[in-house]
Amino acid sequence: MRATVLVRPKHGILDPQGQAVESSLRQLGFAVGEARVGRVVDLEVESNDPAGARAEVERMCEQLLANPLIESYEIELVEPPGD
Amino acid sequence: MTSPQPRIGVLRFPGACDDRDALWALSALDAEAVFVWHTETDLPDLDAVVLPGGFSYGDYLRCGAIARFAPAMETVAAFAAEGGLVLGICNGFQILCEAGLLPGVLRRNESLSFVCRDVPLVVERTDTPFTSRCAEGERLTIPVKHGEGCWFADDALYDELETSRQIVLRYAEPVNGSRNDVAGVVNERGNVMGLMPHPEHAMDPLLGSADGALILSSLVDAARDRILAGV
Repeated sequence: MRATVLVRPKHGILDPQGQAVESSLRQLGFAVGEARVGRVVDLEVESNDPAGARAEVERMCEQLLANPLIESYEIELVEPPGD
Repeated sequence: MTSPQPRIGVLRFPGACDDRDALWALSALDAEAVFVWHTETDLPDLDAVVLPGGFSYGDYLRCGAIARFAPAMETVAAFAAEGGLVLGICNGFQILCEAGLLPGVLRRNESLSFVCRDVPLVVERTDTPFTSRCAEGERLTIPVKHGEGCWFADDALYDELETSRQIVLRYAEPVNGSRNDVAGVVNERGNVMGLMPHPEHAMDPLLGSADGALILSSLVDAARDRILAGV
Protein backbone atom coordinates (compact mmCIF):
# COMPACT_ATOMS: atom_id res chain seq x y z
CA MET A 1 0.00 0.00 0.00
CA ARG A 2 1.25 3.51 -0.78
CA ALA A 3 0.96 6.39 1.63
CA THR A 4 1.50 10.09 1.13
CA VAL A 5 2.27 12.18 4.19
CA LEU A 6 1.76 15.94 4.05
CA VAL A 7 3.68 17.79 6.74
CA ARG A 8 2.78 21.44 7.29
CA PRO A 9 3.82 24.18 9.67
CA LYS A 10 1.08 24.26 12.31
CA HIS A 11 -1.55 26.94 12.10
CA GLY A 12 -0.32 30.07 13.87
CA ILE A 13 3.34 29.12 13.53
CA LEU A 14 5.35 31.73 11.68
CA ASP A 15 6.43 30.35 8.30
CA PRO A 16 9.19 32.55 6.84
CA GLN A 17 9.59 30.25 3.81
CA GLY A 18 5.91 30.62 3.03
CA GLN A 19 6.19 34.40 3.39
CA ALA A 20 9.15 34.50 0.98
CA VAL A 21 7.23 32.41 -1.57
CA GLU A 22 4.17 34.61 -1.12
CA SER A 23 6.06 37.84 -1.78
CA SER A 24 7.87 36.33 -4.78
CA LEU A 25 4.57 35.25 -6.29
CA ARG A 26 3.20 38.76 -5.80
CA GLN A 27 6.27 40.21 -7.50
CA LEU A 28 5.51 37.96 -10.45
CA GLY A 29 2.09 39.56 -10.60
CA PHE A 30 0.04 36.74 -9.09
CA ALA A 31 -2.77 37.73 -6.78
CA VAL A 32 -2.09 35.35 -3.89
CA GLY A 33 -3.09 35.38 -0.26
CA GLU A 34 -1.12 33.51 2.36
CA ALA A 35 1.35 30.86 1.18
CA ARG A 36 2.63 28.14 3.52
CA VAL A 37 5.45 25.73 2.69
CA GLY A 38 5.47 22.15 3.95
CA ARG A 39 6.87 18.84 2.86
CA VAL A 40 5.57 15.68 1.13
CA VAL A 41 6.80 12.18 1.98
CA ASP A 42 5.75 9.31 -0.29
CA LEU A 43 6.03 5.90 1.29
CA GLU A 44 5.43 2.29 0.47
CA VAL A 45 4.02 0.44 3.45
CA GLU A 46 4.14 -3.33 3.53
CA SER A 47 0.79 -3.78 5.22
CA ASN A 48 -2.25 -4.05 2.96
CA ASP A 49 -4.71 -3.49 5.76
CA PRO A 50 -5.75 0.20 5.59
CA ALA A 51 -6.34 0.61 9.32
CA GLY A 52 -3.07 -1.08 10.23
CA ALA A 53 -1.14 0.87 7.60
CA ARG A 54 -2.61 4.17 8.79
CA ALA A 55 -1.74 3.42 12.39
CA GLU A 56 1.80 2.57 11.39
CA VAL A 57 2.26 5.76 9.32
CA GLU A 58 0.86 7.76 12.22
CA ARG A 59 3.57 6.33 14.45
CA MET A 60 6.16 7.26 11.79
CA CYS A 61 4.86 10.83 11.82
CA GLU A 62 4.97 11.09 15.60
CA GLN A 63 8.45 9.62 15.88
CA LEU A 64 10.24 11.08 12.88
CA LEU A 65 8.43 12.60 9.91
CA ALA A 66 6.92 15.56 11.76
CA ASN A 67 7.90 17.48 14.87
CA PRO A 68 4.58 17.75 16.72
CA LEU A 69 5.68 20.99 18.40
CA ILE A 70 5.59 22.91 15.14
CA GLU A 71 4.17 20.67 12.43
CA SER A 72 0.86 19.02 11.67
CA TYR A 73 0.51 16.09 9.31
CA GLU A 74 -2.08 14.46 7.09
CA ILE A 75 -1.93 10.92 5.82
CA GLU A 76 -3.40 9.80 2.50
CA LEU A 77 -3.49 6.07 1.79
CA VAL A 78 -3.69 4.75 -1.75
CA GLU A 79 -5.14 1.27 -1.67
CA PRO A 80 -3.86 -1.15 -4.27
CA PRO A 81 -6.41 -1.97 -6.97
CA GLY A 82 -8.46 -5.02 -5.91
CA ASP A 83 -8.14 -8.17 -7.96
CA MET B 1 46.86 21.28 36.02
CA THR B 2 44.06 21.02 38.57
CA SER B 3 43.44 17.47 39.59
CA PRO B 4 41.56 15.31 39.08
CA GLN B 5 41.34 15.77 35.33
CA PRO B 6 37.80 15.10 34.09
CA ARG B 7 37.31 13.08 30.94
CA ILE B 8 34.89 14.71 28.52
CA GLY B 9 33.63 12.94 25.41
CA VAL B 10 33.01 14.85 22.18
CA LEU B 11 30.47 12.97 20.12
CA ARG B 12 31.35 12.73 16.41
CA PHE B 13 28.56 12.43 13.89
CA PRO B 14 29.07 12.22 10.15
CA GLY B 15 28.74 15.82 9.00
CA ALA B 16 30.04 17.34 12.24
CA CYS B 17 32.50 20.19 11.67
CA ASP B 18 33.19 21.73 15.08
CA ASP B 19 34.22 18.52 16.81
CA ARG B 20 37.95 19.28 16.63
CA ASP B 21 37.52 22.83 17.94
CA ALA B 22 35.47 21.48 20.84
CA LEU B 23 38.14 18.86 21.59
CA TRP B 24 40.89 21.48 21.41
CA ALA B 25 39.00 23.96 23.62
CA LEU B 26 38.24 21.37 26.33
CA SER B 27 41.86 20.17 26.29
CA ALA B 28 43.04 23.77 26.61
CA LEU B 29 40.88 24.01 29.74
CA ASP B 30 42.60 21.03 31.37
CA ALA B 31 40.07 18.36 30.55
CA GLU B 32 41.01 15.07 28.98
CA ALA B 33 38.88 15.40 25.86
CA VAL B 34 38.21 12.28 23.79
CA PHE B 35 36.23 11.67 20.63
CA VAL B 36 33.30 9.26 20.76
CA TRP B 37 32.13 7.90 17.40
CA HIS B 38 28.38 8.02 16.79
CA THR B 39 28.07 4.22 16.48
CA GLU B 40 29.53 3.61 19.94
CA THR B 41 27.12 2.30 22.52
CA ASP B 42 29.55 2.45 25.42
CA LEU B 43 30.78 5.79 26.72
CA PRO B 44 34.37 5.29 27.91
CA ASP B 45 33.90 6.25 31.57
CA LEU B 46 33.09 9.89 30.86
CA ASP B 47 32.46 12.71 33.29
CA ALA B 48 30.63 14.83 30.70
CA VAL B 49 29.57 14.71 27.06
CA VAL B 50 29.63 17.48 24.46
CA LEU B 51 27.59 17.31 21.26
CA PRO B 52 29.44 19.64 18.89
CA GLY B 53 28.20 21.76 16.02
CA GLY B 54 27.97 20.78 12.40
CA PHE B 55 25.50 19.30 9.97
CA SER B 56 24.98 15.77 11.24
CA TYR B 57 23.57 13.46 8.57
CA GLY B 58 23.34 16.42 6.20
CA ASP B 59 20.57 18.01 8.31
CA TYR B 60 18.14 15.84 6.32
CA LEU B 61 14.44 16.08 7.19
CA ARG B 62 15.00 18.49 10.11
CA CYS B 63 18.25 19.45 11.82
CA GLY B 64 19.12 16.79 14.36
CA ALA B 65 16.15 14.60 13.44
CA ILE B 66 18.30 11.73 12.12
CA ALA B 67 21.25 12.11 14.51
CA ARG B 68 18.96 11.56 17.44
CA PHE B 69 18.69 7.90 16.33
CA ALA B 70 22.48 7.38 16.32
CA PRO B 71 23.42 4.42 18.56
CA ALA B 72 25.48 6.70 20.81
CA MET B 73 22.43 8.87 21.51
CA GLU B 74 20.68 6.12 23.46
CA THR B 75 23.74 5.95 25.68
CA VAL B 76 23.78 9.74 26.01
CA ALA B 77 20.10 9.70 27.03
CA ALA B 78 20.84 7.07 29.69
CA PHE B 79 23.89 9.09 30.84
CA ALA B 80 21.72 12.22 31.14
CA ALA B 81 19.01 10.30 33.00
CA GLU B 82 21.59 9.38 35.64
CA GLY B 83 22.47 13.05 36.09
CA GLY B 84 25.46 13.05 33.69
CA LEU B 85 26.46 16.44 32.27
CA VAL B 86 25.60 16.96 28.61
CA LEU B 87 26.25 20.13 26.59
CA GLY B 88 24.91 20.54 23.05
CA ILE B 89 26.34 23.30 20.89
CA CYS B 90 24.46 24.48 17.79
CA ASN B 91 23.72 21.23 15.91
CA GLY B 92 24.19 19.49 19.27
CA PHE B 93 21.42 21.70 20.70
CA GLN B 94 19.18 20.80 17.74
CA ILE B 95 19.86 17.09 18.32
CA LEU B 96 19.07 17.32 22.05
CA CYS B 97 15.77 19.07 21.27
CA GLU B 98 14.81 16.47 18.66
CA ALA B 99 15.74 13.73 21.12
CA GLY B 100 13.41 15.26 23.71
CA LEU B 101 16.29 15.84 26.16
CA LEU B 102 15.75 19.59 25.93
CA PRO B 103 12.53 21.58 25.49
CA GLY B 104 11.56 23.37 22.30
CA VAL B 105 12.75 23.09 18.73
CA LEU B 106 15.14 24.99 16.44
CA ARG B 107 13.65 26.27 13.19
CA ARG B 108 14.81 28.16 10.12
CA ASN B 109 15.99 31.65 11.01
CA GLU B 110 13.20 34.18 10.64
CA SER B 111 15.28 36.04 8.03
CA LEU B 112 15.87 32.78 6.11
CA SER B 113 19.52 33.86 6.02
CA PHE B 114 22.48 32.10 7.55
CA VAL B 115 23.80 34.21 10.44
CA CYS B 116 27.54 34.19 11.11
CA ARG B 117 28.80 36.83 13.53
CA ASP B 118 29.71 37.60 17.13
CA VAL B 119 26.56 38.15 19.15
CA PRO B 120 26.03 39.68 22.59
CA LEU B 121 24.44 37.35 25.14
CA VAL B 122 23.02 37.89 28.60
CA VAL B 123 23.51 35.26 31.31
CA GLU B 124 20.18 34.64 33.03
CA ARG B 125 21.31 31.97 35.45
CA THR B 126 24.61 31.11 37.05
CA ASP B 127 23.54 28.20 39.24
CA THR B 128 24.03 25.67 36.44
CA PRO B 129 27.03 23.43 35.68
CA PHE B 130 27.48 25.41 32.45
CA THR B 131 27.45 29.00 33.71
CA SER B 132 28.96 28.85 37.21
CA ARG B 133 31.93 30.99 36.12
CA CYS B 134 29.65 33.76 34.83
CA ALA B 135 27.94 36.52 36.78
CA GLU B 136 24.18 36.94 36.63
CA GLY B 137 23.28 39.50 34.00
CA GLU B 138 26.81 39.35 32.59
CA ARG B 139 27.10 40.10 28.89
CA LEU B 140 29.13 37.65 26.86
CA THR B 141 30.30 37.89 23.28
CA ILE B 142 30.25 34.55 21.50
CA PRO B 143 29.86 33.86 17.76
CA VAL B 144 26.89 32.14 16.15
CA LYS B 145 26.87 30.49 12.72
CA HIS B 146 23.60 28.87 11.83
CA GLY B 147 20.71 28.83 9.41
CA GLU B 148 18.34 27.07 11.82
CA GLY B 149 18.72 28.69 15.20
CA CYS B 150 15.26 30.13 15.72
CA TRP B 151 14.24 28.50 18.99
CA PHE B 152 10.52 27.97 19.39
CA ALA B 153 8.22 26.88 22.20
CA ASP B 154 4.47 27.39 22.31
CA ASP B 155 2.91 29.65 24.97
CA ALA B 156 2.25 26.89 27.49
CA LEU B 157 5.75 25.44 27.21
CA TYR B 158 7.41 28.84 27.26
CA ASP B 159 5.57 29.89 30.44
CA GLU B 160 6.53 26.61 32.07
CA LEU B 161 10.21 27.16 31.21
CA GLU B 162 10.13 30.72 32.55
CA THR B 163 8.61 29.49 35.80
CA SER B 164 11.16 26.73 36.21
CA ARG B 165 13.99 29.10 35.19
CA GLN B 166 15.20 26.89 32.36
CA ILE B 167 16.24 29.77 30.12
CA VAL B 168 19.93 30.27 30.78
CA LEU B 169 21.14 32.51 27.95
CA ARG B 170 19.41 35.15 25.86
CA TYR B 171 20.60 37.20 22.92
CA ALA B 172 20.94 40.87 23.90
CA GLU B 173 19.56 41.80 20.46
CA PRO B 174 17.45 39.98 17.88
CA VAL B 175 19.59 37.41 16.03
CA ASN B 176 17.43 34.77 14.41
CA GLY B 177 13.82 35.23 15.48
CA SER B 178 14.11 33.02 18.58
CA ARG B 179 11.17 33.32 20.92
CA ASN B 180 12.02 35.97 23.53
CA ASP B 181 15.60 35.93 22.22
CA VAL B 182 16.34 32.58 23.85
CA ALA B 183 19.88 31.42 23.05
CA GLY B 184 20.35 28.57 25.54
CA VAL B 185 18.17 26.37 27.75
CA VAL B 186 18.63 23.62 30.33
CA ASN B 187 16.46 20.63 31.13
CA GLU B 188 14.41 20.66 34.30
CA ARG B 189 17.09 18.87 36.32
CA GLY B 190 19.73 21.30 35.04
CA ASN B 191 22.30 18.72 33.88
CA VAL B 192 21.68 19.08 30.13
CA MET B 193 22.15 22.37 28.32
CA GLY B 194 21.94 23.43 24.69
CA LEU B 195 22.96 26.71 23.13
CA MET B 196 23.24 28.02 19.58
CA PRO B 197 26.37 30.20 20.07
CA HIS B 198 29.75 28.48 19.83
CA PRO B 199 31.81 28.79 23.04
CA GLU B 200 34.58 26.70 21.47
CA HIS B 201 35.13 29.48 18.91
CA ALA B 202 35.50 32.17 21.58
CA MET B 203 38.57 30.96 23.44
CA ASP B 204 41.08 33.71 22.84
CA PRO B 205 40.88 37.53 22.84
CA LEU B 206 42.97 37.50 19.67
CA LEU B 207 39.99 35.94 17.90
CA GLY B 208 37.57 38.52 19.25
CA SER B 209 36.51 37.06 22.60
CA ALA B 210 37.45 34.54 25.24
CA ASP B 211 33.96 34.46 26.76
CA GLY B 212 33.30 30.96 25.45
CA ALA B 213 35.91 29.69 27.88
CA LEU B 214 33.62 30.78 30.76
CA ILE B 215 30.96 28.32 29.59
CA LEU B 216 33.34 25.46 28.84
CA SER B 217 35.42 25.91 32.00
CA SER B 218 32.20 25.91 34.05
CA LEU B 219 31.50 22.50 32.50
CA VAL B 220 35.05 21.28 33.22
CA ASP B 221 34.69 22.46 36.86
CA ALA B 222 31.34 20.70 37.24
CA ALA B 223 32.72 17.50 35.71
CA ARG B 224 35.67 17.63 38.13
CA ASP B 225 33.28 18.22 41.05
CA ARG B 226 31.42 15.07 40.08
CA ILE B 227 34.62 13.07 40.30
CA LEU B 228 35.43 14.57 43.70
CA ALA B 229 31.89 13.84 44.88
CA GLY B 230 32.42 10.25 43.79
CA VAL B 231 29.53 10.27 41.31
